[in-house]
Amino acid sequence: MAFDKMELRDIEVWDGNFAAAQALRQCQIDVVAAYPITPSTPIVEGYAKFLADGYVEGEFVMVESEHAAMSGCIGASAAGGRVATATSSQGLALMSETLYQASGMRLPIILNLVNRALASPLNVNGDHSDMYMVRDSGWIQFDAYNPQEAYDLNFIAFKVAEDHDIRLPAIVNQDGFMTSHTAQGVKTLSDDVAYGFVGEFKPMNDMLDLDHPVTHGVQTEEDWHFEHKARQHRDLMTKVIPKIEAVFDEFEKLSGRKYNIVEKYDMDDADVAVVCLGTSVETAREVAKEMRENGIKAGVVGIRVLRPFPFMQIAEALKDVKAIAALDRSSPNGAAGMLFNEIAGALYNTGSKALLSGYVYGLGGRDLTKTHLRDLYKELQANADAGKVTTQLQQFIGVRGPKLAFL
Amino acid sequence: MANKGWDEFEIGAMLRSFNGPVKDVALIHQEDRAYSENNSFTASVADWRIEKPVFNKDFCIDCQFCWIYCPDISIISRDKKMVGVDMDHCKGCGICVEVCPTNPKSLLMYSEQTDEEEALAAWPSKDEGEN
Repeated sequence: MAFDKMELRDIEVWDGNFAAAQALRQCQIDVVAAYPITPSTPIVEGYAKFLADGYVEGEFVMVESEHAAMSGCIGASAAGGRVATATSSQGLALMSETLYQASGMRLPIILNLVNRALASPLNVNGDHSDMYMVRDSGWIQFDAYNPQEAYDLNFIAFKVAEDHDIRLPAIVNQDGFMTSHTAQGVKTLSDDVAYGFVGEFKPMNDMLDLDHPVTHGVQTEEDWHFEHKARQHRDLMTKVIPKIEAVFDEFEKLSGRKYNIVEKYDMDDADVAVVCLGTSVETAREVAKEMRENGIKAGVVGIRVLRPFPFMQIAEALKDVKAIAALDRSSPNGAAGMLFNEIAGALYNTGSKALLSGYVYGLGGRDLTKTHLRDLYKELQANADAGKVTTQLQQFIGVRGPKLAFL
Repeated sequence: MANKGWDEFEIGAMLRSFNGPVKDVALIHQEDRAYSENNSFTASVADWRIEKPVFNKDFCIDCQFCWIYCPDISIISRDKKMVGVDMDHCKGCGICVEVCPTNPKSLLMYSEQTDEEEALAAWPSKDEGEN
């Protein structure tokens, strides 16, 4: 290999952005086409520095917008390279048109999405609006709760996405600033071990194979379009979760760190449970532990894989619970929250009698405090004791002014 | 192709050009090339047409303009002689008619259901306004 290796300590102090950049370096990305946007900028900045310093053999394409960034990634991936980029918020919104091209063309691109609120009003801080916005774009979506996971899930995402049976692009989400700019101890893999895990990139039907020319991203009207979408949906619904599970197992053997499709915490005998994403999962775990000392059998279900949505695993995790709170960090804008809807969908025909309520929290970087969660668990316990939802179905927590609820 | 199910397609909205490697494809006539089954050559776009070009060989001077300008390689030409239009791949754009230099034109657009014999029988005569 023509590039230099980097000596890492077993534990390095990295924030989520730098952890992701290191993962991209260790995967030896061929092409990064990027347009920087807060809070994801340091990921591609980090990669560019590794490239300039000779730690990667690749190409950094500077483009004029996020739309061009993802377009460049699609071209490079179709040509036969290992490709990644990073973005946030409005950048993702600008990319959204091309995201559908990437998933429809079955190109295993990895996008590090540092979750941030969508304007207006303009806001650079973390919430899950952007993650939710592209949830139907056909990308696999992983969610990291801390820098360690942002590092690990990049390797896992490459290995899943590039599998020739899957060949779908994947997003690795991390919370803007809360994960991306908070430095923590990150257990590292050595360059050789990490590259050995993801393996050499094996292109399939690449455009640069001039002996076997192919046309990518063709036009299919009503005669084939449906069939292509059906196949893409089938592969997402049936192939991806088993593959992710297999890669999680493989990664555990390598690193000792165990990931699950759905991260259950104290769920074995829980009466009340909170379902959430991102950094809130770790706060909720702290509070659940505290609630247990106070006699409330509290549990937490963290969503690790948002797409494909793990209906079976969610239903299994929540089967014996009496009251559930779905925590959505995105403005529902005229509906119930996404997690509320999807958990309801997962449970409706299972015979579960769990009471489900939806909470909207933390928009634009507003803190979700332990106090909020303590109150929430108490409400859930009150629901469980009463056998009915005693408060309104949808509530905004942490918003200034009178309590807000519409359902 | 038309009878394939969703599970039989190449994944990735991708069309494979040929079965196996391709050499000197420019020297092989279209109908003799080893096109793969998943190729736009095997797929007809005839149903996109509202108007079709009708070719009248009586006026054709084999200038090959139509062959050069057709965006879908739908003009069939043999030894630099215009033979006709490949109606499976013609989308009815009318560019061939536009570039035809003869007077009267040797290609004209007619609505899709027009009878070709009738169109040829009633072909317009020389337009004295031109030249």
